[in-house]
Amino acid sequence: MTAQPRMPIESGVPDHFQYMHPTLRRNYGQWAWHERPRPGVLHHVSQTGDQVWTVRAGTQRQMDVHTIRKLCDIADQYADGYVRFTIRSNIEFMVADEKKVKPLIDALLKGGFPVGGTGNSVSMISHTQGWLHCDIPASDASGAVKSLMDELHQEFVNEDMPNRVKITTSCCQINCGGQGDIAINIQHTKPPKINHDLVANLCERPSVVARCPVAAIRPAMVNGRPSLEVDEKKCICCGACYPPCPPMQINDPEHSKFAIWVGGKNSNARTKPMFHKLVAAGIPNNPPRWPEVAAIVKKILRVYKEDAHAWERMGEWVERIGWPRFFELTELPFTKYHLDNWRGARASLNASVHIRF
Amino acid sequence: MSKKMHATPMLDQLESGPWPSFVTGLKRLAKDNDMMVDLLGQLEHSYQTRKGYWKGGTASVKGYGGGVIPRFSEIADKFPESKEFHTLRIMPAPGMHYDTDILRKFCDIWEKHGSGLIALHGQSGDIMLQGCTTENIQAAFDEVNELGFDMGGAGPSVRTSMSCVGHARCEHSCFDEGRAHRTVMNTFTDDLHRPALPYKFKFKFSGCGNDCMNSIQRSDMAVIGTWRDDIQVNQAEVKNFVKAKGREYVIDNVVTRCPTKAIKLKNDDTLEIDNRNCVRCMHCINVMTKALSPGKDRGVTVLMGGKRTLKIGDLMGTVIVPFMKLDTDEDFEQLVELGRSTIDFWAENGLEHERCGEMIERIGLNNFLEGIGREVDPNMINHPRTNPYIRMDGWDDEVARLKASKAQAG
Repeated sequence: MTAQPRMPIESGVPDHFQYMHPTLRRNYGQWAWHERPRPGVLHHVSQTGDQVWTVRAGTQRQMDVHTIRKLCDIADQYADGYVRFTIRSNIEFMVADEKKVKPLIDALLKGGFPVGGTGNSVSMISHTQGWLHCDIPASDASGAVKSLMDELHQEFVNEDMPNRVKITTSCCQINCGGQGDIAINIQHTKPPKINHDLVANLCERPSVVARCPVAAIRPAMVNGRPSLEVDEKKCICCGACYPPCPPMQINDPEHSKFAIWVGGKNSNARTKPMFHKLVAAGIPNNPPRWPEVAAIVKKILRVYKEDAHAWERMGEWVERIGWPRFFELTELPFTKYHLDNWRGARASLNASVHIRF
Repeated sequence: MSKKMHATPMLDQLESGPWPSFVTGLKRLAKDNDMMVDLLGQLEHSYQTRKGYWKGGTASVKGYGGGVIPRFSEIADKFPESKEFHTLRIMPAPGMHYDTDILRKFCDIWEKHGSGLIALHGQSGDIMLQGCTTENIQAAFDEVNELGFDMGGAGPSVRTSMSCVGHARCEHSCFDEGRAHRTVMNTFTDDLHRPALPYKFKFKFSGCGNDCMNSIQRSDMAVIGTWRDDIQVNQAEVKNFVKAKGREYVIDNVVTRCPTKAIKLKNDDTLEIDNRNCVRCMHCINVMTKALSPGKDRGVTVLMGGKRTLKIGDLMGTVIVPFMKLDTDEDFEQLVELGRSTIDFWAENGLEHERCGEMIERIGLNNFLEGIGREVDPNMINHPRTNPYIRMDGWDDEVARLKASKAQAG
């Protein structure tokens, strides 16, 4: 007789109060205002008179236990033993005494963690798993982000952009990395290569057919065995067939190229939320430093920094100056591939004589 | 525990530069973990050949259908120690707060049973314990579970949720995000742990229109804080702000940036706000954090159907509930009910691998609203229809029905 297996305790989402800094716990729902005394530091004041200073630092997101323990050591020694993480994998340390801010910053910098990411900075790039762990990545994520954040380090530790800049990377077009002022996503450019010997064993053919957004996939018999075929003229190389049918290989070491998208915005501030739009494509997938990607991103950031008004997010700036000027200023080519031809595309076409010369 | 390191000339280049390096972290782990030696070898191989080598499969813990992301190497002959490299998704507390004690416990568990690599956090908000053999999954999860943490979502299920820091440290917060997050999510734990829905379903909670969780574009049900009375103005602080920054700054950066031109700077350096026209965008409050605050009659706007690319392209959420209060137990129960009726209707009517927003696109917003039992509202649209291709012979009946239900409610 074997022992009964342990069944999970279905406890759901844990109570946050047990892990919350005592000053935050005490002032929950009672904060009055905040300011940013310097890049990387937030100062919040409560209606009760309590104050808290938050120091924000960048991490590599995918951390070894030694790094996490190092951050814990810093938190224990300088920040009352509490931390929290932001959606962009920055770590935040809270202290209720202003005098503790500088020693905390010094300890973080000494430990190799850049302090910044607040206000009008380029914050940590949100990203996906890439070659480290994903089953459908055309590129790496942590590596591409490490390279870019090395290049953008000054923009992280300073707050001198017109408004905050959120960058995302995604290793395929499913775009798990999210929306951004700049989104760096790899784009497949060739239809899937089918390994017909494996399709019958691995793929549920009707669900693969159903997955294709343009009905380019049909069941077929190949060499006397059930398989699938792709109408390559229809195929938009989206890769949606690959997850349910890995023999439909979409990733290609040469032909999967980076594309850069601009002007995404989550916030409702001033303008409504926006999706990012295509500005550059055909950029090589070039590890370990992806220099071609970095060059374009830095060029876009430089032009935005020079030309945008205060508080304008990248998409708002482009809407003010117009897309023709964006392409002119960034010296990026505008091509037929920039015209949307998907459903709803006409809404993106200019039905006016609003034209700048 | 002393497997020879593979040569990693490309990854080595990612150890230089000012940003913290994950490669340095991986190498530190590899010193006494053979799995990480081969993981580094495989990753270098990916860098050299520009291809990924992981495939999915099945792996889970007893009692649950999902939450483990199985990864098997396609090149296990070259790198046998990392042939299984599964991830456990673990739900963090709302706002991603930790004390160092709990983080150290996670580290100890993961050093003992896994690779020692932890992502804080995945794009859906999970703590990602990355790199586990099939054999060790159960033991690792058991220990994590005993700490009071539960498995996150994966596959066609309710997914792990995210909420902003909100009430814990943000004066803009218009509702108790942590309570809403836990109340809603802990209702749907069964749908989270046992994938049986058409596809994924995500809830996200943001305390105000700044939407730090990106919930409109990235969640099937976005709960966003707002208010319906007047912006709170501290005129003395307005005057201080004008004095410090100058009138021109205030006009250029507050008055003219108001999307509905609802703000006026008066000659006496106070602000006048046309609150009837305020769209709660948060801009002026973001600029003048000390002088302006959201109103006192707070609640939430709920949008539904946001998602990214697959399959029909990007969709933003649509306003379904322009305003609901979120103060009492009954209010929170109403929010849960809204989620429940939506998931139930979508589970019945969604196609396989079809997100809620895609279903709404396919069947039309009217059918969706009827399905979840909600009335239309002009806040749901940017503008009324422009095309005339619709049968309108039910018009009179519909107007009469609306009048009658309004009379009954009034």
